[in-house]
Amino acid sequence: MPMIYFLAIVLAIGVAAYIIGRGRAAAQTGGAQKQHSRPHYHGWWAFMLAALPALLLIIVWSVGSSLYMERHVEAQLPEQTADSPIASRSLALGMVKSLANALRRLDAQALDNLPATFAELQPALAAKGAALAPDTQDYMIPIATEANSTSDTLRLTGGVLALALALGGAALGIRSIQPRARARNNVERVVLWGLLGSSMIAILTTVGIVLSMLFETFHFFSVVPPAGFFFGTVWDPRFAAAGATDSAGQFGLIPLLAGTLYIALVALLVAVPVGLMSAVYMAEYASRSVRSVVKPALELLAGIPTIVYGIFALVTLGPFLRDLSAALAGGSPFIQAQSIFTAGFVMGIMLIPVVSSLSDDIITAVPRAMRDGSLGLGATRSETIKRVILPAALPGIVGAILLTASRAIGETMIVVLAAGVAANLTLNPFEAMTTITVKIVNQLTGDLEFNSPQTLVAFALGITLFAVTLVMNIVALYIVRKYREQYE
Amino acid sequence: MTDAAIGSLPIASAPPRRDIGLRRRYAAERRFRWYGLAAISVGLIFLVVMLASIIGKGYTSFLQTSILLPITFDAQVIDPQDRRDTDPSVLVKANYPQLARDALAQKLGIALDDKPQIAALRGFVSDGVRTQLRDMVVADPSLIGTTRDVWVLAGANLDSAFKGQIDLEVAEGNRKVSDRQIGWMDQLRAEGAMAGKFNTGLFTYGASSRPETSGMGVAIIGSLYMMAIVLLLALPIGVAASIYLEEFAKKTRLTDIIEVNINNLAAVPSIVFGLLGLAVFINFLGLPRSAALVGGLVLTLMTLPTIIIATRAALAAVPPSIRSAALGLGASKTQTVFQHVLPLATPGILTGTIIGLARALGETAPLLLIGMVAFVADYPKTPLDPATALPVQIYMWANEAERAFVERMSGAIIILLVFLMAMNITAIVLRRRFERRW
Repeated sequence: MPMIYFLAIVLAIGVAAYIIGRGRAAAQTGGAQKQHSRPHYHGWWAFMLAALPALLLIIVWSVGSSLYMERHVEAQLPEQTADSPIASRSLALGMVKSLANALRRLDAQALDNLPATFAELQPALAAKGAALAPDTQDYMIPIATEANSTSDTLRLTGGVLALALALGGAALGIRSIQPRARARNNVERVVLWGLLGSSMIAILTTVGIVLSMLFETFHFFSVVPPAGFFFGTVWDPRFAAAGATDSAGQFGLIPLLAGTLYIALVALLVAVPVGLMSAVYMAEYASRSVRSVVKPALELLAGIPTIVYGIFALVTLGPFLRDLSAALAGGSPFIQAQSIFTAGFVMGIMLIPVVSSLSDDIITAVPRAMRDGSLGLGATRSETIKRVILPAALPGIVGAILLTASRAIGETMIVVLAAGVAANLTLNPFEAMTTITVKIVNQLTGDLEFNSPQTLVAFALGITLFAVTLVMNIVALYIVRKYREQYE
Repeated sequence: MTDAAIGSLPIASAPPRRDIGLRRRYAAERRFRWYGLAAISVGLIFLVVMLASIIGKGYTSFLQTSILLPITFDAQVIDPQDRRDTDPSVLVKANYPQLARDALAQKLGIALDDKPQIAALRGFVSDGVRTQLRDMVVADPSLIGTTRDVWVLAGANLDSAFKGQIDLEVAEGNRKVSDRQIGWMDQLRAEGAMAGKFNTGLFTYGASSRPETSGMGVAIIGSLYMMAIVLLLALPIGVAASIYLEEFAKKTRLTDIIEVNINNLAAVPSIVFGLLGLAVFINFLGLPRSAALVGGLVLTLMTLPTIIIATRAALAAVPPSIRSAALGLGASKTQTVFQHVLPLATPGILTGTIIGLARALGETAPLLLIGMVAFVADYPKTPLDPATALPVQIYMWANEAERAFVERMSGAIIILLVFLMAMNITAIVLRRRFERRW
């Protein structure tokens, strides 16, 4: 019986406890003593006592027993020797697992008289639609059957224990219902813990990101020296042929980092002036009616998924610029279809609404009095903006630009489609260059073996990207927050 | 005072007019204004150009060229040995394309033994006719021996030619449609037997190597699964976390760390979440690759900060007087929050959630890393089956060389944008309708 049934039964017991508990508490109202808690709190408390410990047990038991089974099976495997038919122990373990899974498809009669060799067993399994590795060994059959029965026993024990716990909890909850019982306080304490737990998920996510990437990165650095990664100027990962050891390849970060920063720079050169000027115009000049049209339109620009920008660059803008440059130069185009300029320009357009909405907040946060003072002294509006408002808003704007830059560095789909895949080092903005994010996608979307450096390098790139953007975000958020406090 | 007295006072001469450069300054003012207008126009013009280019490339994908053929379900072709009563698999394996080819030849008046003409018919009717006719016959074997008028899909190249996307000036050898086929096409068009029909296949088909039979069905289902998972997980967790941080947490070091963390997570590149999903959900927890479940979990983690930030803002906007009133009437802190503050903050929370969902729906990069770039022809039955997502499907079509795929891709973008627009408009309407200024 799978765990999910036990789960359902436990929940059913909890619901029953709620109903009984509420009824019991309701029956006690109107007695001599005034009730401390309303009846439904008693019901909820009974539900929590019945369901929560049992659910916890089921989760812990499932994880624990699967870990135990792994150990248990591995201990029964024969020692690994040079002439073992299976290349590695973990491979053999995987074979036993899939054999055990396949055996579950057979009916009881077939399981009672299992053949001793895999050659005889295979047709029966194949008839049930289970495809197994042909070099599954005969000795694995008893191990797999034994593993199946052990895990069945374990699961049954765990399930029965959980049911017992649920029934016990329900009984305890229902028995403890008395007019003065503080059921509401109990329920509220559990709710509070639940709320705290939810807010910890954010921390868990960050920890998960850092740990998982660090782990794989260490893995990667055990094959490729860190200096070769961080200071290498050649990116040539080559494809890992299965089992070949000489295909290490070169993993130089520098060309990718240069491409990333170059494209981000072009994007910022487009986005910052345009975005800032639109924000200034919207905040200081635009009439109500203009604002009510332009603001949603800019929000629309922000709501378009990046893949759409990428496709526009790939299908329309890239070829257009190439043909245009060919016409201008009279023959051969000097702008390639995939180029730093195309990618950076489109990314810059994408970032305009980001810059303008961030700076809009910041500009409108500058106190009215500063504006009025400047205008009262006879400055024109543009002078007020240039000499008073922008300097006052400068720290906030710097923060906004940093946040935008971090967006530009981490942007993926536009560069995947529009920047090219060749890891060049070039200064010409009309040539193709590649970025960190493009290479992460490239290295992980093939049918590569997971433990090869060619795949693991993606995690090293990922943690580099994470670290860079993290520092930028922290600095930017700090500046923006400080700036807000200044005028509050 | 007399006039004389005034006259004796020294008359102030008008001060010399100082040149304060007003003309220059006003010119600068005007220029500055123009810069602002130009900046806004850049964004708007780009928006218009991009939308126009996509719609211009994509609107044709909503019509698919079909041909009306009087198909004779000839028992000689479908089941020459007359075994279908004992062996139903005959009906599945039969040579259905031949039925369509014969019907077409008959319609065009080509003799069946005219080999070169028959060979030129290749590609006129889509290969998808095989499954179409097969499904008809398997569903109703009594069709065999009868003749029915059936709309079948034209081949991808004919479809392009019919829509006028193939330049007929190009020499015949350099284009994919021969002059003979064009002649037949015009003949059928004149008879009304060839026409653009609404392309339902675009919404229902799965992945296919032929443009005319590939569609976004699998991607739409996959995206729906993922949105459901994000909604089920991110909304409750996000609201719970915000309630804790906004209403209960005291200012301690821990809550400070959580706050900084959430703000940072909102700015972490989305591709990093994909790496997290690959390392934790697939390699560590052993969940299947390409599954909508994993995609949903990754998008949940990505959407959580957005929802938390929006919810906190909505909670903070509820005035303290509401809380004081509830507390004053004897409600507990928890009762105050759940029965008074939270209902008032609901419109703001919903708006934030919809915007977060819209962003998750358009997100591509993390999904590429967890194997959603997959050729999936069958509908996923559960969130654990292989699936793709709308933006990933667009990305995959972008990598195809054939022109007809670009058309489908642009059509898919239009559909994605319509979805997103609908979500955003819902959010705006919700905000306008239910937002309360205190």
